[in-house]
Amino acid sequence: MDALAAILVRDLRVALRVGGGALVGVLFFLAVVTLIPFALGPDLALLRRIGPAILWLGALLASLLALDRLFADDQADGSLDILLTGSVPLELVVGTKAVAHWLATGLPLVIVSPLLGLMLNLDARSIAFTALTLAVGTPALTFIGLIGAALAVAIRRGGLLLPILILPPAIPVLIFGVAAANTDVVGAVPFGTPFTILCALTLFSIVIGPFAAAATLRHGLE
Amino acid sequence: MGAGGEIRLRATRLGCLRGGQQIFSNLSFEVAGGEALAIVGPNGAGKTSLLRIVAGLLRPSAGRLQLAGGGPEMTLAEQVHYLGHVDAHKPALTVAENLGFWTRYLHGAPTASADLAVVGLANLADMPAGILSAGQRRRLTLARLVAIARPIWLLDEPTAALDAGGQEKLGELMRGHLAGGGIILAATHGPLPLEKASELRMGVH
Repeated sequence: MDALAAILVRDLRVALRVGGGALVGVLFFLAVVTLIPFALGPDLALLRRIGPAILWLGALLASLLALDRLFADDQADGSLDILLTGSVPLELVVGTKAVAHWLATGLPLVIVSPLLGLMLNLDARSIAFTALTLAVGTPALTFIGLIGAALAVAIRRGGLLLPILILPPAIPVLIFGVAAANTDVVGAVPFGTPFTILCALTLFSIVIGPFAAAATLRHGLE
Repeated sequence: MGAGGEIRLRATRLGCLRGGQQIFSNLSFEVAGGEALAIVGPNGAGKTSLLRIVAGLLRPSAGRLQLAGGGPEMTLAEQVHYLGHVDAHKPALTVAENLGFWTRYLHGAPTASADLAVVGLANLADMPAGILSAGQRRRLTLARLVAIARPIWLLDEPTAALDAGGQEKLGELMRGHLAGGGIILAATHGPLPLEKASELRMGVH
C-alpha cells in the first residue's frame, strides 16, 4: 500500500507543480465553454437546452488532452522500467496512476463545471445534475483513456492514434452522461435510468482499464 | 542481502531477437555472489538488451536465466537494480523527493538524507532535480542503489558523466556491494573502477 501511496503523491506533485499538465485541461474546458455561446449567438433558451451537452463535450475533450502524458513521460525518463522492477503488480501501479491523473485533471473539471453552467444559463437543478454526472462519468473517461495511453507508449509515436482509439468506447459514457444531465431540461426520462447506466459504465471501465493497460505495457516494452 | 547465503545467477544459451534481427544468440555465463561481470563489446552488440533481459524488461528469444539462493517468492526483476542510460527522475520534484519516492516504492530503508550524503548531494536535497547536471543526476541514481538493498546491480554505462570523484565513489559502492555478497553486471566501454572483474565479450552478428 505504501508503494501505491508513493505513486499517488508523486504523480500529484508532478502534475500540480509548474510545468505539470493539471491546469491545461481546465483552461481548455473554459475556452470551449466560453466560446460556444459566442458562436451560437444570444439565444438564452437554446443555450439552456444544450448547456449540459456543451459541458460534457468540453469535459470529454479536456480530459482527452492530458491523457497522452500519462505514461509517455514515465517511459521517456526511464521511470517505467524501474516501476516494472517493483514488487507491486503492474495493474495496481497503473490503476493508481489513473486515480492520480483523475484527481489532477478530472476533478478540477468537475469543480469548475457549476461555474461554467451559470455562464450557459442553466438553473440550479441542471447544474447539480451536470456536476454529479461529470463527477461519476469523468473517471470512466480516465480509465478508458488509460488503455489508449498505454497503447500510445507501446506503439512508438502513437500519440496521433490516441483520440481515434479512445473516442469510440467513450461515446456511451457521453451519451448516458448527457442523457442524465439533460433530464431536468428535456424531462423525457427520469434521472435515475441513464445515471445508473453511467455508474455501471464507470465501474466497468475501472475494472477493465488497469488490466488492459498493464497487459499493453508489458507487451509493448519488448 | 548477505543473510540468505550465496546467490548465483546463471544464463544458459540466451538469445535476443529485436525487430526481427538476431542481436545475440547462444550466450551463457555464470556469476556468483561477490563477483562482478563487465559486459564489453562494440555499439549494437546487445549489451543493453542483455541487461534488460536480466531485469525482466525484455523476454529472451531463447535460453533461460536462473537465480539460485535469492529471496524466496521473489521474481528476478524484484531483486535487481536496473540503472539504464536515463535516470528515472522527475525534473519538477526535488532531489530528496525523487529519492524518497523510489525508496518508498521499492521498499527501501527510509534514510534518504543519509544516502544523499553518501553520493555528495546532501546540500542539493531541496533543489529541483531539473537543475542537476548529468553527473549529479547519475549520483542521484547511485543513491537509489544505496538506499534500497537488492542483490543484483545491472549497470548500463555506470561511469558515464561521472567526474573522477564520482567514479571513485562508484568504485567504493561497487566494492561494498560485492563485499556484501552482491552481484554486479555492468555494460561498459571504459575500465570499471574495480580491481577484478571477469569480462563477457559480445560481438556483432
